[in-house]
Amino acid sequence: MKPKTLYEKIWEKHLIIEEQGKPSLLFIDLHLLIDTSSPQAFDGLRLAGRRVRRPDLTVATVDHSVPTMDRDKPIADDLARRQVEALIRNCKEFGIKVFDLFSDSQGIVHVISPELGLTLPGQIIVCGDSHTSTHGAFGALAFGIGTSEVEHVLATQCLPQFKSKTLEIRVDNRLPFGTTAKDLILSIIGKFGTDFANGHVIEYRGEAIRELSMEGRMTICNMSIEMGARAGLVAPDEKTFEYIQKGVYAPKGELWDEAMKEWQTLHTDEGAVFDRSVTFDASAVEPQVTWGINPSMVTGINGRVPDPDSFATSEERQLAKRALDYMGLKPGTPMTDIPVDVVFIGSCTNSRIEDLRAAAAVVKGRRRHPNVRAVVVPGSQRVKKQAEAEHLDKIFIEAGFEWREPGCSMCIGMNGDEVPPGKRCASTSNRNFEGRQGRGARTHLVSPAMAAAAAIAGHFVDVREFGANG
Amino acid sequence: MCANLARTDEGGSRLEPFLEHEGIVVPLDRISVDTDAIMPKEFIKRIERTGFGQFLFYYWRFDENGEPRPDFILNREPYRSGTILLARKNFGCGSSREHAPWGLQDYGFKVLIAPSFGDIFYNNCLKIGLLPVVLAEEEVDRLFRMAAEKPGMRLKVDLQNTVIRGEEGVEIPFGMDPFRREQLMLGLDDIGLTHRYEDRIREFERSHKIYYRLN
Repeated sequence: MKPKTLYEKIWEKHLIIEEQGKPSLLFIDLHLLIDTSSPQAFDGLRLAGRRVRRPDLTVATVDHSVPTMDRDKPIADDLARRQVEALIRNCKEFGIKVFDLFSDSQGIVHVISPELGLTLPGQIIVCGDSHTSTHGAFGALAFGIGTSEVEHVLATQCLPQFKSKTLEIRVDNRLPFGTTAKDLILSIIGKFGTDFANGHVIEYRGEAIRELSMEGRMTICNMSIEMGARAGLVAPDEKTFEYIQKGVYAPKGELWDEAMKEWQTLHTDEGAVFDRSVTFDASAVEPQVTWGINPSMVTGINGRVPDPDSFATSEERQLAKRALDYMGLKPGTPMTDIPVDVVFIGSCTNSRIEDLRAAAAVVKGRRRHPNVRAVVVPGSQRVKKQAEAEHLDKIFIEAGFEWREPGCSMCIGMNGDEVPPGKRCASTSNRNFEGRQGRGARTHLVSPAMAAAAAIAGHFVDVREFGANG
Repeated sequence: MCANLARTDEGGSRLEPFLEHEGIVVPLDRISVDTDAIMPKEFIKRIERTGFGQFLFYYWRFDENGEPRPDFILNREPYRSGTILLARKNFGCGSSREHAPWGLQDYGFKVLIAPSFGDIFYNNCLKIGLLPVVLAEEEVDRLFRMAAEKPGMRLKVDLQNTVIRGEEGVEIPFGMDPFRREQLMLGLDDIGLTHRYEDRIREFERSHKIYYRLN
């Protein structure tokens, strides 16, 4: 039999129709719905008199527009309230399970689905959110779709798709002490660029990836979209199975055994060919900080803000110049000299228990810098509960950090949690685009430990020298 | 609700069929324009499908007081009535928000031309009948030069023959997957098309295993 990549195996397992010159029709195992991208899809269904084909394979939560405090009061922002209410109403009308604001399973969709055991190896998962790529950490083919496609999946449980190309990123060696999955993925994006993986599904392989925890792998796959990839994949292994087993909706008993038989076949065969392959050396990775307006504009903590004239093409020079102008930075400034006004620890990239532990280890026994406002937003109610059981909330609160309710929060600033104009934020999120965290907000992407250290010092510091204090 | 959003269940026409379009070119000379820039976050809280044109490129188009910024291209003549957006590589990268193509279409754009597009954005455009044309970087450079020399330049985009025509005999052929091209030309509703395969889907479901249990 011809050796196959993991992507090809998952593709074939979901193939309903394949015709020459047309997109293939694929079956969707899990459709995740959120507030932002679903209301117009439900309107479309109603308009055409269509039903939801598989409500049993559809699950919803509210994350983008939800407030992270005062949950006992009505949502103050009218537009946000209407959007949240629309999702609840639509789910009720069409018989879809929804984790609402008062559910103990509520949270960022890409945090709750894995922790509930819904995200499983070998599935195809879609959601109206580009960071759906996160679920690829479990060996599931998971990708973001637009609202028209959300409507399509609601109506048919299928999606027409053209096959993507495959890209292998093999990460050799291990991450050095004091560096994390976030530093690794930022380094990779910095090296290859924001459109490197357009039209491709990435499979991350190699020693450094195998060494990562599930949380770390989720961080890596999450940011695949920032390289333009359709999806990111990591083949499942013992760590994957152990993580899944804790999920309340995961298979149990005989069904688990049956699933395991299938999951153990989910790897790229020896001799399978990728359309493209690159390697990356994890051992040289340093803690990363972005300086610009897309995630590829990044450097090590001991680096400096680059000179726009140092870029190869006129387009890149122009963009770098714009970036420095927007970010209020001068070429040659050491990254460690850049002061920070706001610190945000959260988002689908870095709000899981391991992320909060890493940040708390740095914060413990210290106090935030008086000029810094620091906010911690756990990814889900379950993460929040776990963190509180470990007293991480106390560590943060005693250090002067705010401890909030779960949601996307300041990563996208739709819920009122914004970075003010011209202010500088050390953020554990995924996008440093202009205006992403608020109009005129200046975002620097970092790992949770680096964000925590910046909150204490009042500027970026090398967390390896700063050290954990616990 | 607009007429061009009417649905049918037979895989019939749902979108306005796209055959050709002629209009003024708006050159937006910047790489990797993300969907956050095209449609900022605060406007994607709206639950309506229409009316997003007023928020298009909002932070670039309007200042903090909501006044038009005179330096932004869409606030300058002869570009205000432009319908063909000429962009640089990786246009529409980032967030999957369909509100971005909705805004472009609602504003009046019919065609986008760039060397490459964000994957999800490209699909979203096709779903709503907004034509994304991919051209080689050299061709896009050439169009940018032409547009700079002649502000208000018009182009005619002919989808049937997959060619862009300009003044003085300029002709630039473009590639497009035949299936997508036909879908745009007929304005087909792909939910209706998928419904035609209901028997095959049902057959597939009988043997396809789902391992999680929601209840």
